[in-house]
Amino acid sequence: MSSVSDEKFVDEIVKKAGGSSLITILQEVQSRYNYLPEQVLALLSKKLEVPLSRIFSLATFYRSFSLKRRGKNLVKVCLGTACHVKNANNLLEKAKRDLNLSDEVMTTKDLNFTVEKVRCLGCCSLAPVVLINEDTYGSLTQEKMSKILKKYA
Amino acid sequence: MKRREEMNSLKNLERLKEEGMNSLFPSRTKIMVGMATCGQAAGAGEVWQALNKEVKKRKIDVLVVKTGCIGLCQHEPLMDILKPGYPRITYDRVTPERVGELLDGLVKGKFKKGIMARIDQEEFLLDDTGRRYNKGKIPAYLSSVSPYKKLPFYKKQMRIALRNCGFIDPENIAEYVAKGGYFSLAQVLKGEKPEKVISQIKSSKLRGRGGAGFLTGLKWEICRNADGEERYLICNADEGDPGAYMDRSILEGDPHSIIEGMLIGGFAIGASQGCIYVREEYPLAIERLEIALSQAREEGLLGKNILDSGFDFEIDICRGAGAFVCGEETALIQSIEGNWGEPKPRPPFPAISGFRGKPTVINNVETWSNVPAIMARGAKWFSGIGTGKSKGTKVFSLVGKVCNIGLVEVPMGITLKDIIYGIGGGVPNGRKFKAVQTGGPSGGCIPGDLIDLPVDFDQLKKAGSIMGSGGMIVMDDRTCMVDVAKYFLSFLEEESCGKCVPCRVGIRRMREILEDITSGRGKKGDIEYLQQMAEAVKDGSLCGLGKTAPNPVLATIRYFRDEYEAHIKEKRCPAGVCKPLITYSIDSENCTGCGACLRVCPQEAITGKKKKPHQILIDKCIKCGACFEVCKFDAIVT
Repeated sequence: MSSVSDEKFVDEIVKKAGGSSLITILQEVQSRYNYLPEQVLALLSKKLEVPLSRIFSLATFYRSFSLKRRGKNLVKVCLGTACHVKNANNLLEKAKRDLNLSDEVMTTKDLNFTVEKVRCLGCCSLAPVVLINEDTYGSLTQEKMSKILKKYA
Repeated sequence: MKRREEMNSLKNLERLKEEGMNSLFPSRTKIMVGMATCGQAAGAGEVWQALNKEVKKRKIDVLVVKTGCIGLCQHEPLMDILKPGYPRITYDRVTPERVGELLDGLVKGKFKKGIMARIDQEEFLLDDTGRRYNKGKIPAYLSSVSPYKKLPFYKKQMRIALRNCGFIDPENIAEYVAKGGYFSLAQVLKGEKPEKVISQIKSSKLRGRGGAGFLTGLKWEICRNADGEERYLICNADEGDPGAYMDRSILEGDPHSIIEGMLIGGFAIGASQGCIYVREEYPLAIERLEIALSQAREEGLLGKNILDSGFDFEIDICRGAGAFVCGEETALIQSIEGNWGEPKPRPPFPAISGFRGKPTVINNVETWSNVPAIMARGAKWFSGIGTGKSKGTKVFSLVGKVCNIGLVEVPMGITLKDIIYGIGGGVPNGRKFKAVQTGGPSGGCIPGDLIDLPVDFDQLKKAGSIMGSGGMIVMDDRTCMVDVAKYFLSFLEEESCGKCVPCRVGIRRMREILEDITSGRGKKGDIEYLQQMAEAVKDGSLCGLGKTAPNPVLATIRYFRDEYEAHIKEKRCPAGVCKPLITYSIDSENCTGCGACLRVCPQEAITGKKKKPHQILIDKCIKCGACFEVCKFDAIVT
């Protein structure tokens, strides 16, 4: 169910939207909620007079949109080529083991962490790299990874 | 109103230039910190904070400014001190703790040891001049410090697209103008015919730096001559190739060069609206672009009646939303229009029918930043650099298993050897150079024995790879080529938009075969099957993503067939990467019994007494590789 504050927020962005594209609007929704809540998308569809199916097609096509609630801390493991050849996959597996996650479930039950893959953050000199929220950690090993994750626990 | 008129004149540019020169050659000591994303990731943000705090605490009279990435990412964070009358000096790997000590040295006039390089003069590429920082002789304490241009990393470089990165403050338009910026635009607007601008770019033989290498001038001409009243211009900053970040560096280090390039392009093709489509993973680039756009607007260099010439041009920023396929021009246009990024068949090409069905020119960041330089120095100068059909320079991100990781800009035609060994310093830890991957997921791997290959569009293609956007990933004998091929296919499988069946299903099928091969389930005939599938995916796909997707597989089969065969026939991964085919064990001769592996093993699968060789219990080992990462004695073997 949508709340009053949802409605107010949607009214605001619809008013502000003017000529901006639906992608830009969805980006604003996500920056407020950290994901795209279904009830907000339904409201958007109504107010913008755009079919919900079209909104969903965009939300599922673009990788940066998430339809699921994400954790407080976003752990992005870089799997760019430079990181890949320096065994970044081991780091991803390590994060999954430490946080009890699987390929299907990448958010911890307590909603503290979401682990995502990212293709190249462009700091290849620090490979392998992990970005947690706004902090970049470079030249990582699995051992260091565990210690860093504990800082955010 | 009066102020606005004043601003719109050339005098304003001259005023900015003067202001910029005062800022490039200040009368006070200036401290610069490399604050691009790569620098900040290495800790430049902390250095910046510490520096500002210490300067305040000690009440030292210095300017503290940001600059972009000078390319030597491996040595970041970088901090430069420019004392009036002295060469600029660069400290590398600066930590917040070291800042105080460096400031003490500055105050006492005794510069601490550990200066990485000195920069004797500021280069003005667009004017073909230079101005020395120091008056008189180089002081004795600096005579043993290498000038930066003589460092192996810079010796063979030629910086055109990166001309200002690491030298100017990207948030200060005056410094860009001081380096000759916006004078190319002024000259063009003063009375040049648009056709003349196009012919200049055409005869420079500049080719698009985004991957395909189409002649930029020709593209502009087609667009200008296309039917229609409205025309659009787009800068493709959706730099998606993993391992390539040169466009980000230009966006963050010299945003005005792109804006000026677009303005010149807009005038040439007759457009009044431009858009920069930036990858959303580049927040800092977007921030700096926004600052640059508003400064340009304020100075009358963007908007209505630019420089009193009657030419109007506006630029918007459009943020991507994480889709690799949007780097393809027709998909990118779809995305700007607010749709999902599905490519369209070409023809019609965007130059005929692009954004909103109107003629549209799309060029990438590096291409745009070359434009002002070509206009300033002339087509002849530019086409004098490089090889037969590849003119000018190319920026590469030299990454992976190489000593000096960073961004390098070299003239076309330089050999791979010059780049990897000369500039890059070779492969670290005494390992053997195996291959270099170019062109991202659309490219291929070039083996070690082709190290003397000159790098240009045609030679790379001949060798089974492509120039692409300029990623250059160096691989050593611990990189498995079958795994690399699988890596790129799984990347493309995720990024395929799904429109064409051969791309959507074909790439998945090929990846599954590679999965089998790397898991020990490979069988005779798999290689031939892969080659067959590759042809089908190439022929049956609409856009560049699908058409080039099989390249990494084909190139690795071409040069590293023996590795594929070792996986299939002997169920062995020679590089020791493919987990199902390896078992970790400890070489008792190399093992010192330090216990590092024992401590990190999550399974308690390693046993052994202190200072005695350890063992791995195979039954307990999950092959996570943690022991391999921490062993300093090469004692963990596969």
